[in-house]
Amino acid sequence: MNLEFTAEENAFRQEVRDFIANNYPAHLVGKTQDELTREEMLEWHQILGKKGWSVPAWPTEYGGTGWTPTQRYIWSEENARASTIMPLPFGVAMVGPVIYTFGSEEQKAEYLPGIRDGSVWWCQGYSEPGAGSDLASLKTTAVRDGDDYVINGQKTWTTLAQHADWGFFLCRTDPDAPKPQQGISFILVDMDTPGIEVRPIKLIDGGYEVNEVWLTDVRVPAANRIGEENMGWTYAKFLLAHERSGIAGVARSKRGVEKLKEIAAAEMLDGKPLSQDMGFARKISQLEIDLAALEITDLRTLAGEQAGKGPGPESSLLKVKGTEIQQRLTELTLEAVGYYGAPDFRSFPDDGSNDFPIGPDYAHQAAPSYFNMRKTSIYGGSNEIQRNIITKMILGL
Amino acid sequence: MDFEFTDEQNMVRDGISRLVREQYDYDTRREVIASEAGWRPELWAQLAELGMLAAPFGEEDGGFGGATEAMIIMEEFGRGLAIEPFIPTVVCAGGFLKHGGSAAQREEYIGGIISGEMVFAFACAEPRGRYDLADLQTTAKKDGGDYVLNGHKAVVIGAPWASHLIVTARTSGDQRDDGGISVFLVAGDADGVSRRDYATVDGRRASEVYFENVKIPADALIGEADNGLPLIEKVVDEATAAVCAEATGAMKVTNEMTLDYSRQRKQFGTPIGSFQVLQHRMADMLMEHEQSVSMMYLATIKLDEESDAERKKAVSAAKVRIGQSSRFIGQAAIQTHGGMGMTDELAVGSYFKRLSIVEGEFGSVDHHLRRHMKLSAA
Repeated sequence: MNLEFTAEENAFRQEVRDFIANNYPAHLVGKTQDELTREEMLEWHQILGKKGWSVPAWPTEYGGTGWTPTQRYIWSEENARASTIMPLPFGVAMVGPVIYTFGSEEQKAEYLPGIRDGSVWWCQGYSEPGAGSDLASLKTTAVRDGDDYVINGQKTWTTLAQHADWGFFLCRTDPDAPKPQQGISFILVDMDTPGIEVRPIKLIDGGYEVNEVWLTDVRVPAANRIGEENMGWTYAKFLLAHERSGIAGVARSKRGVEKLKEIAAAEMLDGKPLSQDMGFARKISQLEIDLAALEITDLRTLAGEQAGKGPGPESSLLKVKGTEIQQRLTELTLEAVGYYGAPDFRSFPDDGSNDFPIGPDYAHQAAPSYFNMRKTSIYGGSNEIQRNIITKMILGL
Repeated sequence: MDFEFTDEQNMVRDGISRLVREQYDYDTRREVIASEAGWRPELWAQLAELGMLAAPFGEEDGGFGGATEAMIIMEEFGRGLAIEPFIPTVVCAGGFLKHGGSAAQREEYIGGIISGEMVFAFACAEPRGRYDLADLQTTAKKDGGDYVLNGHKAVVIGAPWASHLIVTARTSGDQRDDGGISVFLVAGDADGVSRRDYATVDGRRASEVYFENVKIPADALIGEADNGLPLIEKVVDEATAAVCAEATGAMKVTNEMTLDYSRQRKQFGTPIGSFQVLQHRMADMLMEHEQSVSMMYLATIKLDEESDAERKKAVSAAKVRIGQSSRFIGQAAIQTHGGMGMTDELAVGSYFKRLSIVEGEFGSVDHHLRRHMKLSAA
């Protein structure tokens, strides 16, 4: 039992911390994803691509760094500490591993370089209006026609598809299969193909991060299918297991607690900083305690991974507890800013007046973040589904 | 003991309920809040015509009711997420006038409120004052027979629509002293008043309001000079009870929408409402709403209590319980709606947002819990 990092690991931490400090673009510092252009969102990814650090978890033959799980953990911790805009998961953590695990040599050669260097933006075509938690009931069809598939259907909740060059789609290729999980194929689609329409969905925080994707007679070469026909569910499940790792978001939440403490120190209650109020201080401590528990649980999972155990159903625990903490952070931030949680910063008059600010800057995102983060207990397998997984896979009920 | 309403009160509810039902469908509301004005003055005129703006006033002021009528109206407002400034105008300004106004002020301004000609905003919060009504940096200094007002009021709900403002200011003493506070009625377009207007995340409009050497005649003082805090506390308690009623109405509809959705939405070949985990959550939502109704009644009944301490305790208790229920029900509704709950397309998101902001209006759960603790320890 030992929580210390080794001397080598500490040296590694210093190395990556220095690299981030020296290479993270200054104009991105302090910006949130919402405020960035497409190019800016890819910028850090591309810098990491040149350094050879964009896909640390991949096997070295495909460009991975060969870091241990602990080193990868340190890497993500340091990025969270610096609040960097990390490479989006759709290529690096989702379709990339599917391609190098199940794809042909031609597919690996064609797609992996663009994921590594951050030149190609990927999106995920999984959910449908009628297939959310029950993903296997998806209805989008891909019908074989000579050397092509012709795809028809509708996907939804497709994150940042408005910027995407390519998408990976789950399509039904055998409507007569005995079980819904059978008869699904995993197909890569060039988002410029005729017949694809991307419609942004406005969310309750006022932003547009997800989309509906309508596919009408979209003709895609059969060579774009990954692995075998009708085996897509297997690849999708593999991908979902990958999506889980890092889902606890411990490092980002730690940074979030620091920010919350800064806000609580700046806000006043009875002539004293809010952070000195026992009621509010108690809530922050409770959050930190729960986060400490999650961090150690996360490290235990990491140690298991280091010892060669793949992420199992216990990653459901990390997802549930991690998202609960992320949500509570936004609740406490909204509480901390008091009345200034109400103004909608998107509507602020653009009159160049800096003499009369509308509340402190840190208050502007408080309500939108609180609204937006409700998604975390819904996406990636809702927290109800995660509890079902724990019940079934761990409790054996 | 009696939780029944009078025939007249039931008529108020029927009238306002019909108006909200007919005029506050979700698409209309969305159009209105996106419009330049951000509200419907014509609907306000209609409310005046129906007599609704007179409902919480006594007969001596040209009205026919009191706190219970305000509760009924705001509960129905909450059901439709109505944005019209009933609380700032009728409950707040009306409250200051009926409890503290001179005969001349009552006649002029309550008359203006009831007829719908005058719309008020209540400028009490300050950038650094949080929910403390006495934490005031805005000052009103005596200048001959007049006062001169200087300061900055924060997040003044409905200020862009208001013809008049009620402003709390320090006339003597130090920041956060209970004494030395006075209440003024200020014309919205008075010299030296400026605003930065914006929308709020829950569909209303508000402003930062700045006062720079605004001259106020002595007859614009409402109530006693330097001793305004007890009056402010009474009126804010009335407003708090009204916002509790609004939240309770919004919670009711949120629960109904969630139940409907759970019956319609199918996954795994069955309505999601058949899953026990969602059933229990909806049972909890129902219980939270029922407890909120009870606290809404308690707060409303105790508003006219002789003892200030008892009134304050009841209102704080209601705001704590209803603030907590608002959060629980809002979050549970989004979760049960899944991804659809996250979209701007469905009404449930707007209810969630209003319930989120209600939590902090006229004092957060923590603020009222603290007030309740202090009063209980006293």
